[in-house]
Amino acid sequence: MSRNAAENVPEAVKPGDDSARHPSAAEQRWVDKTLAPALAKAPERPIGANTGTNRNPDGTARFTTISGVPVERLYTPADLPADWQENLDRYVGQPGQPPYTRGIHATGYRGKLWTMRQFSGFATPEETNQRYKYLLENGGSGLSVAFDLPTLMGYDSDHANSEGEVGKCGVAIDSLEDMEILFSGIDLEKTTVSMTINSPASVLWAMYLVVAEQQGADWKKISGTLQNDILKEYIAQKEYIYPPAQSMRLVIDTFEFGALFTPRFNPISISGYHIREAGSTALQELAFTIYDGVEYVEWALRRGLDIDDFAPRLSFFFNSHNDFFEEIAKFRASRKIWYRLMTERFHAKQQRSQLMRFHTQTAGVSLTAQQPRNNIARVAIQALAAVLGGTQSLHTDSYDEALALPTEEAARIALRTQQILAYESGVAQTVDPLGGSYFVENLTLKMEQGAFDYFEKLDAMGGMVRAIEQGFPQKELAESSYQYQRAVEAKEKIIVGVNDFAVEETSPQILYIGESVRESQTAKLQRLRERRSNENVARCLSALRHAAAQEPQATPGKISGANTMPYILDCVRAYATVGEICEALRDVYGTYEESSWT
Amino acid sequence: MMQPKEPPIRVLVAKPGLDGHDRGAKVIARALRDAGMEVIYTGLRQTPEMIVNASIQEDVQCIGLSILSGAHNAIVPRLMALLKERGAEDILVVLGGTIPEQDIAFLKEQGVAAIFGPGTPLETTVEFIQANVKPRGIAA
Repeated sequence: MSRNAAENVPEAVKPGDDSARHPSAAEQRWVDKTLAPALAKAPERPIGANTGTNRNPDGTARFTTISGVPVERLYTPADLPADWQENLDRYVGQPGQPPYTRGIHATGYRGKLWTMRQFSGFATPEETNQRYKYLLENGGSGLSVAFDLPTLMGYDSDHANSEGEVGKCGVAIDSLEDMEILFSGIDLEKTTVSMTINSPASVLWAMYLVVAEQQGADWKKISGTLQNDILKEYIAQKEYIYPPAQSMRLVIDTFEFGALFTPRFNPISISGYHIREAGSTALQELAFTIYDGVEYVEWALRRGLDIDDFAPRLSFFFNSHNDFFEEIAKFRASRKIWYRLMTERFHAKQQRSQLMRFHTQTAGVSLTAQQPRNNIARVAIQALAAVLGGTQSLHTDSYDEALALPTEEAARIALRTQQILAYESGVAQTVDPLGGSYFVENLTLKMEQGAFDYFEKLDAMGGMVRAIEQGFPQKELAESSYQYQRAVEAKEKIIVGVNDFAVEETSPQILYIGESVRESQTAKLQRLRERRSNENVARCLSALRHAAAQEPQATPGKISGANTMPYILDCVRAYATVGEICEALRDVYGTYEESSWT
Repeated sequence: MMQPKEPPIRVLVAKPGLDGHDRGAKVIARALRDAGMEVIYTGLRQTPEMIVNASIQEDVQCIGLSILSGAHNAIVPRLMALLKERGAEDILVVLGGTIPEQDIAFLKEQGVAAIFGPGTPLETTVEFIQANVKPRGIAA
């Protein structure tokens, strides 16, 4: 990795080797005079069973984060680097200044609160459109679309593989017609919309852009985020269609298109959320996500794009899990790590290129089906961590999500939780309130160090696509999730209401989605195929196949001739369906199947 | 006195449907293996046909399905019908995932022996399989 910082960019200080602590005389006196007698009188007791991860070799209690990282009794200045005070500016800086540990805005949330963006989508576009209007009327400040599995996998609702899945995990979108219904009555120039779509991202984005165009919105003004992060699909969520290299090409096509035509739209949200849900530790989430970011940058540079043309629009998405301080440290470290990579490795010049902007969602995996209302407390704590970590936008999970998609009431409580944090708790009034905490700063430095250790390994493997092909991140996740599950089974980690404090209970009311969505979507598709010009559709799909088969070459200031986005836009305008467009790309690229690593 | 060693129970862990969330399936596969069973994990997006074929080829005594997406009411009846058609209804079928309470009776009627919801201890699943697979060599 290059050590040369870009011009006029202060070099961030890296955390040093873990040298021995040098406690002050006062701290040593406290150990001898106060701590030792206290321990002699009442030894410490682990939180959870006194076995395995909760025990030191000498039999004393051991304390760890949910990720298994040891936590010490007390943190003091002795837990920070010796040059901490003199290099404070370079270790953490000031808010709005490099290396951005303390946040990307000088005024924190005092100028603008985070965006309360609730992820939502179910059943038909008509029903989801109603839920969106409800969320906006109740003070939600942005939308976030959840698509159903057939849409995520590039199948139409009437495809055989879609049986039983239509409208279940999100909204069913088959064609431009559905997208028109989804956003009917919602002004896309004024509302920021995030779309959780990956393998078929360019198709759904094209549909969105055409709906915006129909509304008379200016593409230069619309803002929102496409998830479009295929790497984490191979690592964690496994909703991929095409092989990695071909998928990466489609992603870079969106970067190039976005830089030219939609300057305020984030073409990607590089996501750790799913990596964490699949069982990673906090550090693995941080390291793999940011390194995915590195991989996208490398591929875009190889295409011939200029770093400062696309990097300002790279956005991130993290999970906020139960372990409060560990999460805050992860968020704080992420900004400095990205800053270091963008300056030291990629020599980005524009300030916006160097900023890590991220969305956060509370940890779905932490929600329990048992005593589900307890989840309201979990979500509140996780949301607080995200806010103290300086997130730009936030989704709070609904308490019933371990059971089903949320009911309207549960969705409202989730949104109200954010509003209570923003308007009642006072936490938004000062910037990075935990900055300077010995514990949080120590954890933040360890996160940074640990992430760069992973980067070194991943660089040695030849990048993330290679690492994925070797199963490296997949195996790391499987191991971490199994270790955690074992600790839960042994009651070394307690889950309230599940492995302790359990009660007999009846299930709450849940949102139930039947099979009727598939029927209505199928009928709609049939009418569409009768109404549209099928000849025009076939022509557009054929042109797309042709472009997809060619290697795109960047030409400065212009879009590559073989960039797939313009061709996909034509297909969408002709009312070709998601399934048809994805099938055209399957024809050219083939599909991917992973080897099973268990 | 030496007891003759019982052959290990053979289990197929399968993930049908379009969903790719395989943390649960993988954790269960490993727990069953740690409990001494022989486990075959099918990987993602297996159709009922593929699952039944693999179960018969691999001569398993138990099929563990992981379904989180809500597609259980479409997948399970097809799978059970295929098992019956192939004369393999002696294979114990258990299901893990997010299954609404109102669907449980229907799935059990179809022949699913047990449904393990979120938060079920691994031990519960292991013990259920150990207690309920049909021992080899005993008439049905």
